[in-house]
Amino acid sequence: MEGRFPGRILPYALLFPSIAVIAVFLLVPAVEALRLSFFEVSPFTGRGTFVGLANFRELVRSDIYRGSLSVTLLFAVGVVALGLAGSLAVAVLASLRLPGFGVYRTVLLWPYALSPAVAGTIWALLFDPSTGPVTVLLRAVTGLSPNWMMNGTYALAVTVVAATWKMLGFNIVFFLAGLQAVPQELREAAQVDGAGAVRVFWRITFPILSPVTFFLFVMNSLYAFFEVFGLIDVMTQGGPGGATEILVYRLYQDAFIAARWGIASAQSILLFVMVGALTLLQFRLAGRRVVYA
Amino acid sequence: MLAAHVLLAAATLVIVFPMLYAVQVSTLEFQDVFVFPPKLLPGGAFADNLRRAWEKVHLGRLLANSAGIAVVVALGKICLSVMAAFAFTYFRDFPGKTLLFLAILATHMLPLPVRIVPTFQLMHDFGWVNSYQALTVPFFASATGTLLFRQFFLTIPPALSEAARVDGAGPLRFLVRILLPLSVNNLAALFLVEFLYMWNEYLWPLIVTTSDEMRVVQIGIKMLVATDAQAEWNLIMAGVVAAMVPPLVVLLALQRSFVGSISLGQEK
Repeated sequence: MEGRFPGRILPYALLFPSIAVIAVFLLVPAVEALRLSFFEVSPFTGRGTFVGLANFRELVRSDIYRGSLSVTLLFAVGVVALGLAGSLAVAVLASLRLPGFGVYRTVLLWPYALSPAVAGTIWALLFDPSTGPVTVLLRAVTGLSPNWMMNGTYALAVTVVAATWKMLGFNIVFFLAGLQAVPQELREAAQVDGAGAVRVFWRITFPILSPVTFFLFVMNSLYAFFEVFGLIDVMTQGGPGGATEILVYRLYQDAFIAARWGIASAQSILLFVMVGALTLLQFRLAGRRVVYA
Repeated sequence: MLAAHVLLAAATLVIVFPMLYAVQVSTLEFQDVFVFPPKLLPGGAFADNLRRAWEKVHLGRLLANSAGIAVVVALGKICLSVMAAFAFTYFRDFPGKTLLFLAILATHMLPLPVRIVPTFQLMHDFGWVNSYQALTVPFFASATGTLLFRQFFLTIPPALSEAARVDGAGPLRFLVRILLPLSVNNLAALFLVEFLYMWNEYLWPLIVTTSDEMRVVQIGIKMLVATDAQAEWNLIMAGVVAAMVPPLVVLLALQRSFVGSISLGQEK
């Protein structure tokens, strides 16, 4: 107890603002969302009728909702796989401490400052079907000139690229910090023992990086699930034909366009289950090995 | 080594190119956006494009709104999380401590989409729809910040607070005079993270603001994109540049402490 202050009231007073904000704006609304998920709420009168699990049943059976779920999973897998692989590769290169390292590190972080909406707008420009550099380049090389946003697969791929790009800087900085923690002696010892660079990477560097990789896996998954609404809204509005309609976009449609608050709340609860699973996974591992700022 | 250099330079270029291209297009005249081959040198129309984008969606007002809410939320989160972390680390155990800590951690599991309808209803009940309160107050608590400062406070030798206590300094005096000056790096890092977070927020401002003068710059971008059949990319990109310069300036000013606080966390 060395260095601790006595105090009966003060710690509670210090905690009060945080707890009050959390209770009023987070905990109570979350519980209310659970309650609403069992009701059918009229968009006109705002009056609710208890319907039990009917909202959940409707969601599970709905082709639209199931489609949105698979779009979200595809989107998240794309963002996480592309983002982690790409940023790890760049971070390993940058960790070689080449001349000009400082410049690279500064510049690589830039996309982190941008919003998903801005990232989406810039990539919509790059993929513009008539003037976008990507389209122009593709046309010059292959003669093809796809209208990206009219084709579901292409549209999803383009949104994945935009969303991944925005997170690269963040990922690279964390990988770089992790790479600095890999003991140089260990790598050198392995090299003396005749291990090649690839082998040293997979057998030594990659396992030591695993806490960082796992942390980034969770952060990128949460990002792909919950933070790309603006990007989708700017680039595709969920289209074409629902091909990029991630779960949060669907939720927004049902909650604020159709004003179906019961079924929207049921979607919130399903999202809570997903975020809960990811967060628990994170805390379980964080308690043991992963420490982050 | 040369190969690695070339690879890294190429990767960096790929990452930065979209931003440079956005800036490039923002300087072109409308008809020059569509010429082939694409113009690679900046044109002279940036000021004009920015002025037109500015008038079209009241960009000045939107930028001021975004800056205001981002600064207020970042400062609010810093204050509340410093206070909470201080309560958790510098006082003898008090009843309910673990429960309160868990409550703060729980915010990690409650992102906006999982409580969006009731939170919006609450704004309605408070009469906060289309107000600055709605854009700031619900964001004030921060699990990230509380954890960051708690972790940092735990690395400070207890002898320091013990000495302060023996000298008769109260806890708040110790916090303000000794602890906060030691925390400058973490304060800057958290300010950066939360400023960017709030500047870039999209969904909540979209649903909780209803009039043009309460909109934020992210929604302004969408308004620029959505207004025309043929996208006026030069105009849109002028808006994009206006929306990305302030967070980039904050990033450049504070990234040392951000990078520093990451490596601090990784070392333990």
